Amino acid sequence: MTAVDQLLSVRNVEQRFTARGTGGLKSGVVHAVSNVSFDIRAGETLGVVGETGSGKSTLARAILQSPRPQSGEVVFEGAELTRLRRRALVAARKNLQMVFQDPFGSLNPRWRVTDLVEEPLAGFGVRGVARRQARVRELLELVGLDPDTHGRRRPRELSGGQCQRVAIARALALNPALIICDEAVSSLDVLIQAQVLNLFEQLRRELGVSYLFISHDLALVRQVSDRVAVMHLGQLVEIGPAQGLYQRPLHPYTAALLDSIPGLDPVTGRARRPAPLPGEPPSPLHPPSGCRFRTRCPLAQQRCADEEPALRELAPGQQVACHFPLDQQGSPFRDAKAS
Amino acid sequence: MSIDRAGNDVLVTDPESATRSLLEVTDLRVYFASARQRVHAVNGLSYRLQAGRMLAIVGESGSGKSVSARALLGLLPHTAQVSGSVRFDGTELVGLPEREMRRRRGADIAMVFQDPARSLNPTMRIGTQITEAVRAHSDLDRNAARDRAVELLRLVRLAAPQRRFFEYPHQLSGGMRQRVMIAIALAASPRLLVADEATTALDVTTQAQIMELLLELQQRLGMAVIMITHDLGLAASYAQDVIVMYAGRAVEYAQASTLFTRVRMPYTRALLGALPQLEREPHTLLPVIPGQPPDLSALPAGCPFRPRCDAASDDCATAPPFAEHEPGHWWACWHPAEETSQDGASR
Repeated sequence: MTAVDQLLSVRNVEQRFTARGTGGLKSGVVHAVSNVSFDIRAGETLGVVGETGSGKSTLARAILQSPRPQSGEVVFEGAELTRLRRRALVAARKNLQMVFQDPFGSLNPRWRVTDLVEEPLAGFGVRGVARRQARVRELLELVGLDPDTHGRRRPRELSGGQCQRVAIARALALNPALIICDEAVSSLDVLIQAQVLNLFEQLRRELGVSYLFISHDLALVRQVSDRVAVMHLGQLVEIGPAQGLYQRPLHPYTAALLDSIPGLDPVTGRARRPAPLPGEPPSPLHPPSGCRFRTRCPLAQQRCADEEPALRELAPGQQVACHFPLDQQGSPFRDAKAS
Repeated sequence: MSIDRAGNDVLVTDPESATRSLLEVTDLRVYFASARQRVHAVNGLSYRLQAGRMLAIVGESGSGKSVSARALLGLLPHTAQVSGSVRFDGTELVGLPEREMRRRRGADIAMVFQDPARSLNPTMRIGTQITEAVRAHSDLDRNAARDRAVELLRLVRLAAPQRRFFEYPHQLSGGMRQRVMIAIALAASPRLLVADEATTALDVTTQAQIMELLLELQQRLGMAVIMITHDLGLAASYAQDVIVMYAGRAVEYAQASTLFTRVRMPYTRALLGALPQLEREPHTLLPVIPGQPPDLSALPAGCPFRPRCDAASDDCATAPPFAEHEPGHWWACWHPAEETSQDGASR
């Protein structure tokens, strides 16, 4: 079913959580990820964008089988992860690593940098202290840290950017084929963020690493991604090549996200004033019927409430789940603003 | 004082200095003293703000933007040593007794913080919290204060204010909570609102809504706004004037339209260059500058940006004055970038 050159194939993945109503909270089932499918080819970077609660992080964890998704398939390097038993899963994860948002929270504060980077090597049976230490030095140099000065420090003696480099060195230790970056640079200041983004790019060029790059920042995702997936309330609403998706979004939600970004035109230095999307995001406990974006969508009609739109390909490689996708003219929001 | 103060005592004067400023900050300095070290968070910050304008203070973590804003309201912990002058409408705020400061806080200058969930009391209905703020600054009776609270909720465009009045913070989304925080800040009709990273925790679509609201309130109520942000794009899109801070001092200041089209300070240029842009091609390397932000407990003499600056020379061992080099455009640099559009900088 899946082509040979796909590194990762995600098919119809579902993740639901039951929210128990205590202390006046409403109970119900949160559809954190609903029927999501996509592929990542070897050497490719897929960006995933979406707002809080869109299911980006849950999706990343479902791929890692932590926790396992309720249904669907996750095929990584030919292995169906959802069916693997504990031991085989751990072995498969060797090539599938993750970098988290909070670098301080994901590193043991009492360990030295060298120990932190050595841990995955020891855990996956790289024998011999000397060999491991040599590899640790190599990894620290690769991520731009000095093994002699930074190696002996503990996480609290490092800055946020340096900690994130340690987390990346840990992820790289076992030469993974795919690294999942969940808001990996979001907590960093812009100058440090640029350094870490360049590091990701260099690793991609030199080692051919693939990334699943999750972020709420659309400009950032554009910078690193070959293809981009847009998530909204647990569903994949649009996926396609970065270039096409940013220049000609087909889903009104993608257009709204793009129009919400404040920024500067790099040529003129003039500011882009965002066009806000009205209304509040719907509750994930009670998503609207049909298309889940319809309550905020300016193009919504009766059909959007009755029938859930399926993903279909409208431009080469670009799929959208919308009954009334935007045409060549682009965004309804942007048109109003331009005049 | 252990740090170099040469050049930083220059007073910022606006082109329209004839009109009286609402806020005049002159040589503001804040340091935090502990037994082992002194952390110099703000090192001689001066600026003026006219009534009804929106000023953005941008900078990275540790640039002193938040500390300088909290110093305006006297909201710093007692380990902080504040010197310099903050004049609000002619009254000196630095060194004001706490009782007097308390009366003015909220009434003259109000503040909205980054995390609305932590700024609201989770066990109180939001209506009660707003009413409390209204009554703290006026002698309205309970019913009148309640009416005023509902009116404030309407002002910040919270949908169904009558119903929301009786809800608890956890029942509201992040954007709605921030609207409630703004309503509380507006309770005593302040003439200056300080928004400290007020939209940073929000999603982009919600951020755009809240910024539109702040802009509308600024215009409708004639209120001055200081927005503190790390996001240059946000500052460029909404603020009229922009101050860029580095290591506790202002390094560049101009109207937003001037600043971002004619960047002179190498630090500002580096910040803009490192910003991911929608227009940039994928997989390009960003122009980065080496190094880390300076250690505020051991600031080098001279220009604090010198160790990371590629235009640095021996001159930079002396701190460059922060001065008005072009009409309305201030910077602190011996080797400002040539005047080009930002074109060259961000590619």
